Formats: sequence, structure tokens, C-alpha cells
Amino acid sequence: MRLPILNSPSGANGNGGGSCGSGCGCAAGDDGPQGANGPGMSRRSFLRTGTAAAGGLTAIAAALSPLRELEREDAPSLEQFLQKHYKEMTPDDMERALERIRAQVERRYGIRPELRDYKPMDGVEFVYALNISRCIGCRKCVHACVAENNQSRSPEVQYIRVIEMPRGTMDIEKGNHHYDRPTVPDEGHFYLPVQCHQCANPPCVKVCPVEATWQDADGITVIDYDWCIGCRYCEAACPYWARRFNFSKPRLPADQVNPNMGYLSNRPRDKGVMEKCHYCLQRTRQGRMPACLEVCPTGARKFGNVLDPDSEVAQILRTKRVFVLKEDAGTLPRFFYYFDERYPSGLDPEAAEIARRLEHEEGERYGRLPGADGPELRWRDLTPNQRGTLA
Amino acid sequence: MKTYLTFLWRCFRLSFVGDGRYYAWMFFLTAVALLGLNAYCRQIVHGLSVTGMTDQVSWGLYIANFTFLVGMAAAAVMLVIPVYIYRNRELHDLVIFGELFAVAAIIMALLFVTVDLGRPDRFHHLFLRFNFPISMLTWDVLVLNGYLLLNLHICGYLIYCAYRGRRPGKAFYLPFVFIAIVWAVSIHTVTAFLYSGLGSRPFWNSAVIAPRFLASAFAAGPAFLILTLGVLRRIGAYEVPPKAFLTLRNIVTVAMTINMFLLGSEVFTEFYTDSAHTASARYLYLGLDGRAALVPWIWSAIAMNTAALVLLYLPVSRRERFLHPACVLMIVGIWIEKGMGLIIPGFVPTPLGEIVEYTPTLNESLVSAGIWAFGLLLFTILVRITVPVLSGRLTERTGYTPDAPPRTPEHAHADAQGGAA
Repeated sequence: MRLPILNSPSGANGNGGGSCGSGCGCAAGDDGPQGANGPGMSRRSFLRTGTAAAGGLTAIAAALSPLRELEREDAPSLEQFLQKHYKEMTPDDMERALERIRAQVERRYGIRPELRDYKPMDGVEFVYALNISRCIGCRKCVHACVAENNQSRSPEVQYIRVIEMPRGTMDIEKGNHHYDRPTVPDEGHFYLPVQCHQCANPPCVKVCPVEATWQDADGITVIDYDWCIGCRYCEAACPYWARRFNFSKPRLPADQVNPNMGYLSNRPRDKGVMEKCHYCLQRTRQGRMPACLEVCPTGARKFGNVLDPDSEVAQILRTKRVFVLKEDAGTLPRFFYYFDERYPSGLDPEAAEIARRLEHEEGERYGRLPGADGPELRWRDLTPNQRGTLA
Repeated sequence: MKTYLTFLWRCFRLSFVGDGRYYAWMFFLTAVALLGLNAYCRQIVHGLSVTGMTDQVSWGLYIANFTFLVGMAAAAVMLVIPVYIYRNRELHDLVIFGELFAVAAIIMALLFVTVDLGRPDRFHHLFLRFNFPISMLTWDVLVLNGYLLLNLHICGYLIYCAYRGRRPGKAFYLPFVFIAIVWAVSIHTVTAFLYSGLGSRPFWNSAVIAPRFLASAFAAGPAFLILTLGVLRRIGAYEVPPKAFLTLRNIVTVAMTINMFLLGSEVFTEFYTDSAHTASARYLYLGLDGRAALVPWIWSAIAMNTAALVLLYLPVSRRERFLHPACVLMIVGIWIEKGMGLIIPGFVPTPLGEIVEYTPTLNESLVSAGIWAFGLLLFTILVRITVPVLSGRLTERTGYTPDAPPRTPEHAHADAQGGAA
């Protein structure tokens, strides 16, 4: 680049005068040596300027052209744009927002939803407990959750991740997320379902720059999908990989919509916002059980109010040897795991029996892998349990 | 007020004036910026699924560039300190170039964060519910915008004074210069805290991140200025005293040495400990479970940084022929190290031990290139305006006089005094 401010005489580039001469179409006439506001543009330079400006505008218009594909539905309405933060909304504001969402759901899916803003109940703190000795890894909870909570089906957003863990280790990095056996449960493995742990000290809430996510009085960490700006800082902060982002517009077939919706839970989401497990608050805040629990064929999942000493979860916390994942992260999860002491090294026979019955009733195959030949194992890669079988 | 508007108008007109190479450069940058805008519009329509990011690797090229650019912006302070604290006069004018680059870099950094948002239409929520001081991201919003304003003020004021031929009033800029020095350290520290404050990511959860950010920034930033001033000198637009280059070279050498030392400390801690928490570092340097997308990147970064450092230590790098390649190697090396080498491995494996790799898509690369082009366009225009002002060819009294002999600011000052009298 050669700027016309050379130390040597700069006649060479033809820009010696005040107007910029041959090199440009903009005419710097009024900044010429004659001083400010010199002679105006010549006709030629005017035409050049005009052409350049028109070319520039055309290029900008062409650059912006993909925006024409934007659907009317995608652009936020003025009402949505002006909507206040959840905690600042009056009951009237909330009713207007609910009505707007109901109308939107009706337009999109042809269904009038039963949409409410479910509030936490007094004297309730929800806790989950999962009996690992009974989990057979069938992933029914994963799919029931998707159906209940109106998640996008394509791409499918799942709140629960079931990890197949080799027996003898709790190192989660040794687990397999994508086990695709013709048959579960596999004898050498146990199954570890992970979802939002509704931490009492949630790192995701701490990092959100706009307070779009917070912990409610019953311990459930919720998200206002109308407030989230989609920075994904919470997703980076979560030690349990429990948060999901809508990278594209959620696709939900109209015949699969669950019309029982909560404002902070399973109403349809937009693209560009976070979502995650909320303990099915549209059910649990009405005294029902979460969908993942209801569908579990072996009863591995227990849920309830920990403040009620007679609740099943309170009893489990009192009597079982429960543990939490990544206790060292200091997050104080409200999601507990436990092994049944009666079956320290294997599946609860009752659960195994259920798995066999399911195989029979549903035509699904639950048995052993056909061939066990995998890559040769190195001693250092083996779990202590596997080492025991080799020795 | 009218004088100021005339000044802005003249600057605007001046940014369209130049020779063929200037036009070619500006045309190129505009074209790339528009391509980026086009790609961003596609992203708005289809969502962030047009990027390579996933729930597993939820930040990518955008945040990597953001981190790098915050460092470049912070590095302007490395020039300010010698001038105002050690009274090194050689660097006096360079400070303005450094701060102009800081302005461009901060604007690029802010654009990179903006394109990373899933819902940019809700940006105003930041003004309505600001989670300060709990969220480090709100700190970052404050320090970045504050730094932008500080730098706009300092260089805007100095340039406007030179234009009017007045001596800058110390009270109007010196306090801001000292605030900016502390502030520059803060922008990169706070940006490092964004990552190092996350207990769920052991790779980032390290106290050395902030010092390493600063060291690498103080190497890459002045290196970029060496290149800029080299270009200006070669096209005959602006003469920089050779001593200034040597000072810059010293700054770069020291900063880069510290950076390599900190890198070594980190690598030692990760690999000697060899605990379960080193999976990300293992993935970055050696690959994990046969997946090794980042391995070639990080080793080329280390090779480039080492080569640059060796060059800088040798006396040959007093000559531009060796100094400039060293600077290019260093900038590219640090860019990789902070982008692909720091942001991405923090996500691999996920907190649940899943390994998902990340490759930027074409669309996301175009958006990134577009932002870089826009930032360089901005920087070129700022330099295009500043050079004639500093050399006395654009003044209030005479307007733009490209053929006038170069004048020092002292001359211009004397002229203005005479004019006023």
C-alpha cells in the first residue's frame, strides 16, 4: 500500500493535487491545498463516486440476502422483545406471556396447550436417588424424557446420558456413551445414567451473565427460555455435562407434542437457547413423578421430597450408602446414586428377571454379546475387576 | 464543535484517498468482510448448527479468536509503560499506533463474542439483568468496553490536538494513560478468569492461565506492531527511529521467554503428575484413544514459537529480514496456542469422559475471516488518518496537504501558536 504522503515528491502516483485524480472516485477536493471547501466534484468524479457507491450498496445487499429466508415465526415479536425478566413480571405480565406462547403453539402445532407457570411448593426440596444395582441400561428413561419434555426430535436433544461403565471402576472416562449392544445388560458392565443434578451450589447459575437461569426454592435449577442470550457459558461450567443448546431450530412433529406444558420447563424452545432437565417440574410440582421414573421398568429411580422424613428418598439417604458424582467439584448435587448392599458386585436378580421378561414381551433382545473378540487388551487398560478374571 | 465535525469529515474523506495498492488492499478487506457478513446472515437464519460446535465442544473458533484478540489489545500497554513510566521518547508516537490497534482489536473481540451468541437479538438483556459481580462474563463486558472507551479517548484526544496544532493538556490524557495501563492488564486477566474459574474443566482450572495469557499477549501484540511499522516504513509513509524497533524487539523477546517458561511449567505439571485430570492435555499433545485432531496444531505452534524465540535471541534479528519472519512465526504460533491449543482441549474429553472432536466449518471460518478483515480495515483507516496528522500534513489550518514536507508536532505547535496570535 502506498499512501500519498511520501517523503519524496509524490507526483508519481498522480495524487499530487487536492482532488485525488486518476486513482479514485471520491474526490478529496475540499481537503486540497486550497484549504477547506475548495471546488466541488467534477462531473466525472461524481459519476465515479456514484458508481462506486452503487456497487458497494449492491454488494452489501447481496451479503445480507440470506436473511430473506428468515421465517416470520423466527423473528421475535415486539411483545417478546419487550418481555421482562421472569422475576420482574407481574401476574398480569405472566398471563400475557402465557397467552402469547399458547397462541404460538397453536399456530405452529395446531394444539391448544395446557400451559401454566408452575411455582415451587412450600416445604418441598426435591431429590433424586438412583439404584445402580437395578439399572439395566435400557435407555427407556432417555426416550420418555424426550417425549415428555417436547425436545427437538431432529436433531434429537436428550437430557439423560446413560454411560456403560466397566465393573470395578468409577472413572467416568472409562465409560462408553454410545454402547449399541443387541442386548443389555452386559455382564461385565454396570450402567450410570446422568442428567442435571440440580446442584445446591450450581456453577451454571453463577456464570450466567443475564440471570437467565436460577435455582428455585424446591431446588430445581430452571431456565427462562425467553431470557437466555445463548452464550453457552453455563454449558462450559457444568461438571455433569447436563446442559443442551439448540444449535438449530428445534423440530417437533405436531402429533408428538405434549400439551401439558410449564413456562419454565417443557414448552417448545426456540433455536439459540439453552435447556436441560428440570425434574419434570410440570409434573412434579403437581405431585406427580418425573417421566424418567415412571417409565423405568426396574424401579431403579426414586424421587421425592427430602424434607419429608417419611419419603422414600429421605429413607434412602438415611439407610443406603449413597454417593454423588464428582463430590470434589463442590457442587452439592441433589442427585444421589447407591448400590444395593445385598448385591455388591452384580445386578439385582429382580432387575435381571425384569430384563429377561422385557426381552420376551417386547421382542427386544437382552442377552450376551454374540462375539466377545475385541482388540487385544493391555494390562494397564484393564479395570481391577477384569484383571481379576485374567489372573 | 464545528471544528470537530470538520475534522471528522476530513478524516472520512481522507479514508477514501490513496494509491492503487491502498485501493486494492481496502477492496480486498471489504470483500472478505462482506463474505463474512454473508456467512453470518446464514448463521442467523440456520442457527449455530452451521458451525462445527456441538454440545460437547460448545465453544470454538469464535471464542478462540476472541481470546487471542483480547490479548493483542492488552499488549498496547507494553508500549505505554516505557514511554510514560520510563520516559522512553522513541516510542512516543508508537504508543498511538499501539492504542489504535487496541481499538481495532477490542472491536474485533466484541464482534467475535457477538457472533458466538445464540440470541444476539437479546443483547439488551445485559443492560436489564446484569449478573455482576458474580458472573465473570459481566466483568469482561465491563472491562472490554471500558478499555475501548479509554483508548478511543486517549488516541482521539492526542490526534485531535496534533490536528489543531495544540499541545495536549496533560490533565486530559495522562491520568487516563495510567488507568489504561492497569486496565489493560485487567482485560486479559479477567478473560483468563473466564476459563480458569471453571472447576468442571481441569485443563483450564489452573492459576497459570492468567500470567500465561499476559505473557503471550505481550509477545504477540508488539510483534504485530513491528510488522505494521515495517509496512509503513517500506511504503515511505512513516519513519520510525530504528531504536524503537530494538526496544520492541526486547519486549517481544522477554515476553516470549516468559511465555515459553510458563508453557513448560504447565506441561511438566500435567504430565509428571499423570493423574486422571490430564486427559485434556494428553489429547492436545499426544492424542487420546486414537483421536488426535489437535496434535499437529499444537506441535506446529510450539515449533513456530521456538523458532521465533531462537531467531530473536540471535543478533541477526536486529535486521528486518530476520525480525519480521520471527514476528510472523510468533503471531501465528500464539494464535494457534491460544485458540486451538487452549479453548478446544478444555472441552475434550467432556466432563462425562466423552471424546468428540471439533473442526471449524467453512461458514464459521468465513465469519471469522470477515471479522478479521473488518478489524484490519478499521485499523488501516485509523492509521491512514493518523499518519498525516502526526506528520503535519493534515491540520486544521491547511487541511490535507499531501506534498507538504513532514513536520514534527513541535513545528505544528509553533504554527498554531503563530496562527492564533
